[in-house]
Amino acid sequence: MTFDILVVGIGGQGVLTAADAIARAALEAGYEATKTEVTGMSQRGGVVCSQVRFGERVAASEIRPGAARLVIAFEAAEGLRWSHYLAPEGRVLLDPWRAVPPIVSSGVHEYPVDPATQLRDLNLQVIEIQARGTAERLGDARLANSVMLGAAADRLPFPEKVLRDEVLRRFGGGELAARNAAAFDAGRAAVRDDCLTAQAR
Amino acid sequence: MREFLSGNEATARGAWEAGVEVAAAYPGTPSTEILETLAGLPGVYAEWSTNEKVALEVAFGASLTGRRAITAMKHVGLNVASDSLMTLGLVGAKAGLVIAVSDDIGFSSSQNEQDSRFWGRFVHLPVLEPADAADAYAMARDAFSISERHQVPVLLRLTTRVSHVKRTLSTAEREAPDASRHGYNRDVERWIITPNHVGKRLELRAQRDAALAQESATSRWNILEHGADRKVGFVVSGAAYHVVREAFPQASILKLGFSHPLPLALARELAASVEQVMVVEESEPLVETELSAAGIAVHGRKWLPPHGEITAPALERGVALMLGDQQPAAPKVLPKKVFPRPPTLCAGCPYMGVYFWLGQLKDAVICGDIGCYTLGCGEPWNAMDSIISMGASLGVAHGMAKSFASNGAAKPVLAVIGDSTFLHSGMPALANIAHHGANVTVLLLDNRVAAMTGGQDTPRLDFAQLVTALGVRPERVRTVDPYELPAFSKVLREEIKASEPSVIIAERPCVLSRDFVRRRPLVVIDDKCNGCARCLEVGCPAITVTRREHETRPSGKVVERAWVRIENGLCTGCDVCAKACARGAMVAA
Repeated sequence: MTFDILVVGIGGQGVLTAADAIARAALEAGYEATKTEVTGMSQRGGVVCSQVRFGERVAASEIRPGAARLVIAFEAAEGLRWSHYLAPEGRVLLDPWRAVPPIVSSGVHEYPVDPATQLRDLNLQVIEIQARGTAERLGDARLANSVMLGAAADRLPFPEKVLRDEVLRRFGGGELAARNAAAFDAGRAAVRDDCLTAQAR
Repeated sequence: MREFLSGNEATARGAWEAGVEVAAAYPGTPSTEILETLAGLPGVYAEWSTNEKVALEVAFGASLTGRRAITAMKHVGLNVASDSLMTLGLVGAKAGLVIAVSDDIGFSSSQNEQDSRFWGRFVHLPVLEPADAADAYAMARDAFSISERHQVPVLLRLTTRVSHVKRTLSTAEREAPDASRHGYNRDVERWIITPNHVGKRLELRAQRDAALAQESATSRWNILEHGADRKVGFVVSGAAYHVVREAFPQASILKLGFSHPLPLALARELAASVEQVMVVEESEPLVETELSAAGIAVHGRKWLPPHGEITAPALERGVALMLGDQQPAAPKVLPKKVFPRPPTLCAGCPYMGVYFWLGQLKDAVICGDIGCYTLGCGEPWNAMDSIISMGASLGVAHGMAKSFASNGAAKPVLAVIGDSTFLHSGMPALANIAHHGANVTVLLLDNRVAAMTGGQDTPRLDFAQLVTALGVRPERVRTVDPYELPAFSKVLREEIKASEPSVIIAERPCVLSRDFVRRRPLVVIDDKCNGCARCLEVGCPAITVTRREHETRPSGKVVERAWVRIENGLCTGCDVCAKACARGAMVAA
């Protein structure tokens, strides 16, 4: 049995880096892991999906549609695009932030009206996390990556500290690590609050 | 040491541990990281060569002097290198020579899907096929001694799913390069491949083929795994091995690692131990054909997807169909329909200034080429008529221009090519255009890097001098800044009008390169914007629409109006949209 995660977004958002952190944390936690990458043309603002599988043993690196426990979406429409990969008990961790491409701006295609609601209409569990917004409030949009990972940390079958340490390891010590630690913790706290709200409902 | 590496990183690591001293490559997805990784390791001379053929020749030259060498490229790159490759199949190699080629199965970033294993058959080379990064590492280590034992280059065939999937593996120390191998001995009968030497080399090649078949028969890379389920046994090569294991954990599998020459005895052994044999290979039914020809009854491609990666669900479906079983139910949740998100030019990309104008040339034919500027074929520009292969834009444009001229039709013909692609394979075609006087306007887009593959360095040279030396008249060589829309447009109109070969060099560094200077982002002054949407024709991802309206003119014609904003975080302040705006609505924040 493997734990399957899709990390999705668009080229340039750091999707591959986020997936790498999760895979390495899983290794650190004692699992075997695989992680797929996309490079080339997709890196120019195209669709990016990195798949992480971990467990006692992992055979194929590709996740089956309907099997993922978690879809971590750095962009709203991308969460919708990959939603068919989720298992019935799976969750979408969704940043509702929108990256509207020129193909939509020029009027050739339309952006989905409300991706989060569409996901809920599919009976999927959606946790919205304003990662980009939180990162901008913290002073740097690039921190969105750490916010999202913080939000995912309590959804993994190993202690959140393992992922936190892995994320921060990449920034050495000092100012940059401190900012990412704050972002990670903000993401984690935001989701915890969200869960409480959901229960209260 | 336990490491978590992609197949490309693992290939580099394995080669490095084997004592590789020279590495030469041309970037191309999915192969690029092999040289990038080697370049960061000590004791290796690593270079980005100008094309794959040159890279192969550089590696071969090093092998001649007794240094282990590797070259790396994508599948279509090996087409470029193939002229020399055919000869290397005859003369062989001296110190270990490895050709790592990565096939873009599923064509995520390529003009085709192509099976490089054919080269093994065509050129008589041994083919190693790793199933994952751990194999790639160990095979890359081994490949150099195989190469030396048989005095032949070894083809290490990777695929996207090997190159770009990370797995764990254990690395070791680097083997010190063997200095006693260093040195060069002249051997004209071997290294000069004139007709009088070919016969002998062909005889030796036949002997080598036999020796390689023997080695493959007992190679540790060909593994017969007997399983409890004897209904269907699988012959598998490459990354499909893990797919078969996922779908049929109890099946018997012949895992081909040293896949050419084929270990036929092992295949017969598998066939004798199971009821039916299924061959699972990406992308051509090559092993399947060879096993059938050897009289072994196998199933294969008929039951599997005709192209692209083979997934576990596709394999399960194929095997069920083959066995006449009921088909597994289709997945319950279907993909949601979401707009396509093709790759785009980056905010501030100098090519946007070029395509803003090319998109408005309604009567011209534009022959495109391979690079970021390939994206000019898409929305909103739709400014391209053909894209064939590296460097093809100029030759195709030449043929079209000559043909139009003979018809007396004066349709303007343009070719668009980047600096790296021009040096890769565009120059011969430009000399041809100049020599034969074809009326082609060449747009040479110089952004100083190979941008699409991640900004690899390209030779810095004076392109104006170069194209002049190739025969274009100096008056017809114009250098412009693509950010300067009006000036660029003027030059473009003049050169299209000229009835002889001309070259417009559009010079601006790639926004992702070190040389790029970001300026203050722009904002839209809403009071000045009239919704004309001309700025959207720039195609910049930093410009998004806030409101769209349809307006009916007195004539009854319906026009669409769109009001926009500029995404502060994306905008580089290049000013191209401001120059496109007739109302002066875009200004620096």
